[in-house]
Amino acid sequence: MPEIKVTPLGAGQDVGRSCILVSIGGKNIMLDCGMHMGYNDDRRFPDFSYITQNGRLTEFLDCVIISHFHLDHCGALPYMSEMVGYDGPIYMTHPTKAICPILLEDFRKITVDKKGETNFFTSQMIKDCMKKVVPLNLHQTVQVDDELEIKAYYAGHVLGAAMVQIKVGSESVVYTGDYNMTPDRHLGAAWIDKCRPDVLISESTYATTIRDSKRCRERDFLKKVHETVERGGKVLIPVFALGRAQELCILLETFWERMNLKAPIYFSTGLTEKANHYYKLFITWTNQKIRKTFVQRNMFEFKHIKAFDRSYADNPGPMVVFATPGMLHAGQSLQIFKKWAGNEKNMVIMPGYCVQGTVGHKVLSGQKKLEMEGRTTLEVKLQVEYMSFSAHADAKGIMQLIRMAEPRNVLLVHGEAKKMEFLKDKIEQEFSVSCFMPANGETATIPTNPSVPVDISLSLLKREAALGGPLPDPKRPRTMHATLIMKDSSLRLVCPEQALKELGLNEHQLRFTCRVQLQDPHSDPDTLNRIYSHLKSVLKGYTVQHLPDGTVMVESIVLKVSSSAEEPNTKVVLLSWSYQDEDLGSFLSSLLRKGLPP
Amino acid sequence: MAAHLKKRVYEEFSKVVQQHPHEEIPAKKLRLTKPSKSAALHVDLCKASSPTDALQYLLQFARKPVEADSVEGVVRILLEHYYKETDSSVRLKIASLLGVLSKTQGFTPDCILDDVINTLNNEKSHQVLAQLLDTLLVIGTQLPESLNIRHRLIDVAYKHLTDTYFGVRNKCLQLLGCLGSVDKPLPRESEGGTMGVAAKDVQSIISDYFGDQDPRVRTAAIKAMLQLHERGMKLQQTIYNQACKLLSDDYEQVRSAAVQMVWVLSQLYPESIVPIPSSNEKIRLVDDSFGKICHMVSDGSWVVRVQAAKLLGSMQQVSPHFLEQTLDKKLMSDLRRKRTAHERAKELYSSGEFSSGRKWADDAPKEKVDTTAVNLIDSGACGAFVHGLEDEMYEVRIAAVEALCALAQSSPSFAEKCLDFLVDMFNDEIEEVRLQSIHVLRQISTHITLREDQLDTVLAVLEDSSRDIREALHELLCYTNVSTKECIQLALLELLKNLTKYPTDRNSVWKCLKFLGSRHPTLVLPIVPELLSTHPYFDTPEPDMDDPAYIAVLVLVFNAAKSCPTMTALFSDHTFRHYAYLRDSLSHLVPPLRLPGRKLTSAPEGSGLASSVESAQNFLKESLARVCSVQQLDAPGAQSLLEFTIRDLQRLGELQTELAGAADFCATYLRCQLLIMKALQDKLWSVAVPLYVKQNAMVSGAAVQVLDETYKLEFLYSGLESRQIATIHHVRLQAKALQLVLLARARRGVEPLLSVCEKFLHEVDAFQRLFITELPHLQDSFVDKLLDIMPRLAGSKPADLVKILQTTLRHSCFPQLKLPEQIHRATATIIEPTGESDNPLRFTSGLVVALDIDATLEHVQDPQTTVKVQVLYPDGQSHVIQPKPADFRKPGPGRHRLITQVYLSHSAWTEPCQIEVKLLLAYSSSISRSSGPRPAWNESTDSPSPPESAIEGTIPLSKPVKVFIMPKPARR
Repeated sequence: MPEIKVTPLGAGQDVGRSCILVSIGGKNIMLDCGMHMGYNDDRRFPDFSYITQNGRLTEFLDCVIISHFHLDHCGALPYMSEMVGYDGPIYMTHPTKAICPILLEDFRKITVDKKGETNFFTSQMIKDCMKKVVPLNLHQTVQVDDELEIKAYYAGHVLGAAMVQIKVGSESVVYTGDYNMTPDRHLGAAWIDKCRPDVLISESTYATTIRDSKRCRERDFLKKVHETVERGGKVLIPVFALGRAQELCILLETFWERMNLKAPIYFSTGLTEKANHYYKLFITWTNQKIRKTFVQRNMFEFKHIKAFDRSYADNPGPMVVFATPGMLHAGQSLQIFKKWAGNEKNMVIMPGYCVQGTVGHKVLSGQKKLEMEGRTTLEVKLQVEYMSFSAHADAKGIMQLIRMAEPRNVLLVHGEAKKMEFLKDKIEQEFSVSCFMPANGETATIPTNPSVPVDISLSLLKREAALGGPLPDPKRPRTMHATLIMKDSSLRLVCPEQALKELGLNEHQLRFTCRVQLQDPHSDPDTLNRIYSHLKSVLKGYTVQHLPDGTVMVESIVLKVSSSAEEPNTKVVLLSWSYQDEDLGSFLSSLLRKGLPP
Repeated sequence: MAAHLKKRVYEEFSKVVQQHPHEEIPAKKLRLTKPSKSAALHVDLCKASSPTDALQYLLQFARKPVEADSVEGVVRILLEHYYKETDSSVRLKIASLLGVLSKTQGFTPDCILDDVINTLNNEKSHQVLAQLLDTLLVIGTQLPESLNIRHRLIDVAYKHLTDTYFGVRNKCLQLLGCLGSVDKPLPRESEGGTMGVAAKDVQSIISDYFGDQDPRVRTAAIKAMLQLHERGMKLQQTIYNQACKLLSDDYEQVRSAAVQMVWVLSQLYPESIVPIPSSNEKIRLVDDSFGKICHMVSDGSWVVRVQAAKLLGSMQQVSPHFLEQTLDKKLMSDLRRKRTAHERAKELYSSGEFSSGRKWADDAPKEKVDTTAVNLIDSGACGAFVHGLEDEMYEVRIAAVEALCALAQSSPSFAEKCLDFLVDMFNDEIEEVRLQSIHVLRQISTHITLREDQLDTVLAVLEDSSRDIREALHELLCYTNVSTKECIQLALLELLKNLTKYPTDRNSVWKCLKFLGSRHPTLVLPIVPELLSTHPYFDTPEPDMDDPAYIAVLVLVFNAAKSCPTMTALFSDHTFRHYAYLRDSLSHLVPPLRLPGRKLTSAPEGSGLASSVESAQNFLKESLARVCSVQQLDAPGAQSLLEFTIRDLQRLGELQTELAGAADFCATYLRCQLLIMKALQDKLWSVAVPLYVKQNAMVSGAAVQVLDETYKLEFLYSGLESRQIATIHHVRLQAKALQLVLLARARRGVEPLLSVCEKFLHEVDAFQRLFITELPHLQDSFVDKLLDIMPRLAGSKPADLVKILQTTLRHSCFPQLKLPEQIHRATATIIEPTGESDNPLRFTSGLVVALDIDATLEHVQDPQTTVKVQVLYPDGQSHVIQPKPADFRKPGPGRHRLITQVYLSHSAWTEPCQIEVKLLLAYSSSISRSSGPRPAWNESTDSPSPPESAIEGTIPLSKPVKVFIMPKPARR
C-alpha cells in the first residue's frame, strides 16, 4: 500500500519554527525552514540531524519550499543550506524571494551585531542561499523533476504568501503555510480549487476562535485614532516592520484621504522603506481594490505618510507615528513612548501580541508606573488600546478551506495541541475524513489509494463504448474484455488479438468438456430433438441450432448425445464449450443435470 | 540597380496582363445570363480551387446583406455546394450561413427545413452537425407557430442527443429548451417510437443530461430547463434534488446555472415539504433552497457568489427564522463564547454607559463553549450575509447589500437586525459600495430607528470628502428616525461640522435639518434653549443672521416648532425677527408658524389639505368643461372666456403645487387656442393683402408662437397619453395650415407653394397614420374635416388647397382637452452658481475657465440625452454644452441632480460682464426633424437672435442665471 509520511521538525503541535518533512511517492520534500522566536539556543532551529546525522542534506531532500517570508517560516534557511549543507532547489514566490533576504539580514544583524553571537550565518551565506532559490508564480505548475511537480496558490497571509500543492503521480499533498480567508485592505483571501489532495497540511493558529467581522475592528481602530487626533493628541502605533504595518498604513492613508484630515502620519524608517518598495512592485499579489486602482495611483505610494525623524517627536500638535519594534521593548518605539507617556491626551495602540516581560505587555496589562533602567519610573497616563489585526484563518476559515479543497485526509500543524484537538474532532465529525496532528519528530503515516493510469487503445475503447449504449455512465463501473500489458513501466490495455500479435504468442483455445447422464427412453436422435426443443424454450434470445451431423449448437457450445448399447435408456450428453463461454456452458450443464421435461 | 528596377516593373506589368483575362471573362459572361446575387456566389464557389479559397469567398459573401426574395436561390446554391464539399470547415461555414440567411426579414425558412434535416442525417463531422442543429434552432425560432415543424425539430434533437460530441448534445438540448412543447408531453408518432426515448416528456429527457460527463452539456441541460421555465412550462419538483446535487459540481458554470435552477424551483414550489437528509425532520422547500443558496455565497468562484447573493434578495417567502440566521455568526475565542462588537455596543448602550470611554478587555471572552455544540460549518443559512459583506470582490459585496435591502424591505424585524451590518458597510474601501449601502439604508429607514451608537457611526461618514457620499447621507438623515434628544444634538453637531468643512453642502444640510426637525419635534423641544443659546435671566447677544450654521439651527427649530406650538414660547425677540426674515428668504425651508400676536398669513392648512386638492381638481375640471362651450359663443365672448380661464388656471397652478403640472398644461393649451382664434378672427382675411402687411406679421407671429407652445406641450410634460399627444399634434397642424395660408397670401405665384403644400399634405397623412386610434375623439375637428375631403385635396392645385384650408380652419371647432391622471411639468433649478456674486470670475482670454454648475431636475425623462447647458455671452454668442452622462445623479424618483462643469472662454473684455447660463431640454420629433437639419450641439451659433428661438429643437428648462466673468488680455 503506498503511503505518504509527514514528519514535523517544528510547528508540530506548536507555533514557530515551521519545518515539515513530507515523503510522497519516493520523494522527500521540506516545507518551510523557520526559526523559533522564543529560544536563543539550539532549539531555535529545527533539528536537521533527524534527516541525517552528519553530512549534507542534498541527497536526502528533493526540494525545499518556503511558503512566505516570516522568519518563523524561513529563518533557518541559510543555516540549513549553507551551514548544514543543501544544494538542491529552494522554491518560493517572487515577493518572498525579494523580501526574505531583507528580513534574514536584519535578523542576523540583531543576533550577531547586537547580541554578539558567534557561529551564526553571515551576509554572504544569505546571498549564497538566495542563489539557490527558484521563484514560483501563482498557479504555475513547476516540474521539480520528472515525477515531482509543485503548484502555488494564493494564501493572503502576507504579500507573496502561498499555499503549495505537491504532486507525485496521482498522489498529492497541499501545504497551506499561513493563510487568511477574509480579505483585508491590501490582500485578498486565500483560494484553492477543488484539487482533492490526499493530505491537506493546514495551519491551525486560531483553531478555537471564530472572529468578529473585520469591519468592526477597522472602524474601532479608525475611530480611536480620529478622536485622539481631533483632540490634538498624538498616537503611537508600535508595529513590526512588515505585514500588518502595511495594512494599517493603507487603512489610515485611505481614511485620511476620505475624511480630508491634515494631521501628519509618520513611519519610522529602516527596513520598511525597502520593503515598501517591493509592496509597490508586487501589485498583482494584492487585493482587488489596489490592483484595479494602481493605474491611477499606487496605494503604497502614500500621500499622507512620511518618513519619521526623531526630532519630530517633540513637535506640537497632533500626529500619528508608526514605530518599530512592535512590543515596545527597545528602539524607536520605546523612545517615543517615553516621551509621550505622560500626557493623557495621547494614545498608544498595540496592534499585535506582546511577549511577557516587554514594556508592551506591562502597559497592556494596565500598569500605571513603569520602572525604567537607571531606576527612573515612568508614569503612564496616555490611553492604551489593543487591536487585533492578525491575518490567520479562524476556525471557520480553516473549515472553509477544507471544504474548498476536499482533501481525503487533514493534518494540522502550527497551533497549540489543545486547540488542535478541538478542531480535529470537528473536522472528523463534519467532513468524515481522518485528521492527524503529529508532534515534533513524530511521523504521521497516511495510506493512499492512488489510481494507476493505464493507456487504452482507442479502437478498443470505442468498441467497448459502442457495446453498452451510446454514452458511458460515469458513475457505474463496467467490465470489459481486454489484455493488460505491463512492459517497461508502462501499462497498456489492448484487445487480446493485438496482445498476442505484439507478444508473438500463439492463441491457445481452452475448451471444457463435460458429460451429463440422462435417463431417457427415446432413441438418440429423438433425445437430441427433445434437448433441442427444451433448450430452445429455455434459452430465448440465444441462437440454438440443430445441425444435420447430429449435434446441437448453442452459440459456440456443442452438444452431442450418445448411448451405450447395454443401457439404451441412459443417455450421455457430451457438452463442450470454450473458455469465453464459460458462463453459458456451466449454466447448460447444470440445466441438463436437472433432466428433461417429460 | 536601375536594371533591377526595370525588371521588376516589367514583371509586375506582365503579371497584370496575365491575370486580367483570367478573372474577368467568366464573371462577365455569367453576369449577362444570371444577374442575381446567387449567381455570383455560384461562380465564386465554382471557381474556388481549394477549400481555403471557398472559405474566403463565403466569408466575403457573409459580409453583404441578401434581399429576402433572393434568399431561397442563395440557399439552394449553398446546399448544392454543401453536398459536393468534402472539407468540413467549408461545410461548417455553409451551415452557419444557412442560419444567418434564414434570419433575413421577410423570408420564411420552412422551405429549407427539409434540406437541412436531410443533410443532418448524412453528416459525419460532429462540428458541422452542431452547426446544422444551430441552424435548425434559428429556423425553429423563426417559425414559432408551426406545431408540425416543432415536432419534427424535436424529433431530430432526440435523435442526436446521444451523439458523442459535446457540441451536438449542447445544441440538441438548446433546441429542446427553445422548442420543446410547453403544454403537454410530446405526442409520439409511431415512427418516433424506435428512438428509445419514446413517451418521455421533454423535462425528464433534459434532466437525464444533468448527469452528463461533460460539464458543458450539464450547463446546457440546466439552461435548457431554465429556458422551458421562461417559456412558461411548469418545471416538475422532482428535479429539485438533482439540481441541489449540481450545486456541488466541480465546474463553476454548472454551479452558476444550478443556483438559478434551485432558485426557480424555490419560487415555484415554496410551500412544499422536503426532508432534511440525515434526520427525520422536514422543512419547506423555500427554506431548504434558501439555505443551499446561502451556502453558495461562500463558493470558490466569485461569479457563483455574485449570482447567489443576488438571488437571495428575491427569496421573500423564506421563514424569518432562516432569514435571521444569515446575519448570525457565533464568535468564540479560545473556546469561550465571545460577543460580537455589535452585541457589545448594544449592551453598552442599554446599560447607559455609552461614550464613557473604553474599558480594557471588555471584549474578554465569557462563558465556556460546549465543544460538541459548536457547529463550524452550518449547512444552513448561517452567516451567509456576514460572508457576503466581507467578500473579497466588491461585486459580491454590492450584490449582498442589495439583497439585504430587498429582504429588509419585506421584513421589519430583519431590517432591524441588518442595520448594524449596513452601517458597517459605510466603511468599505470602495466608494461604490459605501454609496450603495447608504442608499439601501435610506430605503429601509421606514422600518428602523437608529440607536445613538449607530448614529454615531453613520455621522462619522459626514466628513467624507466625496460629495456623493455626503449628499446620500444627508438624504438618509432626512428619512431617519432617531431615539433620543442626544441623537438630535449629535446629528446637529456633526452636520454643523460638515458645514464648516464643506461650505458647498449648505443647501443639502439645511434641507436635512428641516426634515430632522419636522420628524422629531418632541426631541428638539428640550434642547431648544441650548440650541438658541437663550438664558432665562440674561439677554444673550444676537447671533449673526448670515451665518449658515445659525440658519441651520433655526431651520431645525422652526420645523420642529411647526407641530409643537409650545416651542415658540422659548424664542427670544430676535428669533421672531429672524423667523420673519427666513420665512421670506428661504420659504422652502421654513414652514409657516402660528406665532402669538401675529396674524397667520396663509389660510389654515392641515385639516383640509386633502379636500383642498380635491376641490382644486374639481375646479380644473369645471373650467375645462366651461371652455367647451366656447364654440357656441360669439368671438369676443369666447376670447374673454378663454383669457379668464387661462388666468384662473395659472393662479391655481401657483396655489396647488400638486396640480401645477396639469394646470400649466391646460393653460398653455388654451393659450394656443386663443391665439389661433384671434388670428382667424382678424378681419383682414377678406381684404387685399398689400394693405395689411402689419397685421399679417402679427398673425404669422401668432402661428410661430403656437408652434413653439405645442413643442413645449409635447415634450415638457411627462405622463401624457396618446390622446393628449394627438390633440397637441392637431393644434400644431392647425398652426401649420395657418402658416400655409399666410404664405399663399403673401406671395404671388404657385412655384414656392407647391412644395409647401405637398409637405403639409404629408404631415396630415402622417398624423392620420400615427393617431388612427385617436381619430374618433377628434370628431368634427379640423383634421377630421380635412381627412374627409382628403382625396379631393391630394389632386387639387395649391390655390384651391389654400382656399379649402382657410374655410376649414375657420369653420372647425377645437377638440376638447381631456386631462390625464398624472401630469408633471419638467422643471430645473440652477442652485449653483447663484448669480448673486459681485466678484467676476477672472481668467486669461483664450484660455478656459471651468464653471461649476449644480442643478436639480424634476420630472425629466432620460436627462442624460436631453438636458443641455446653454451659455449665452453678452455679444450674442451662445454655446450649447452636453454634460457627461456620469454628471447626472438620481437622488430620488422623478428627480435628478446635475453636477457638472462647463468651460467658458472668450476673447478679452475691457470690463467684467454677465453671461447667462441656463438649461435646455432638447427634443426630437419626427416632424421637427424633417423640417431641416439642426445645428450640432457642440457647434456655437453666432446668430444674435433671441435665445427663446435660438436653437431649434430645444425648450428652455430653467431660469437663466447670470455669472460675472472677466476675460483679461493675456500678458505678454
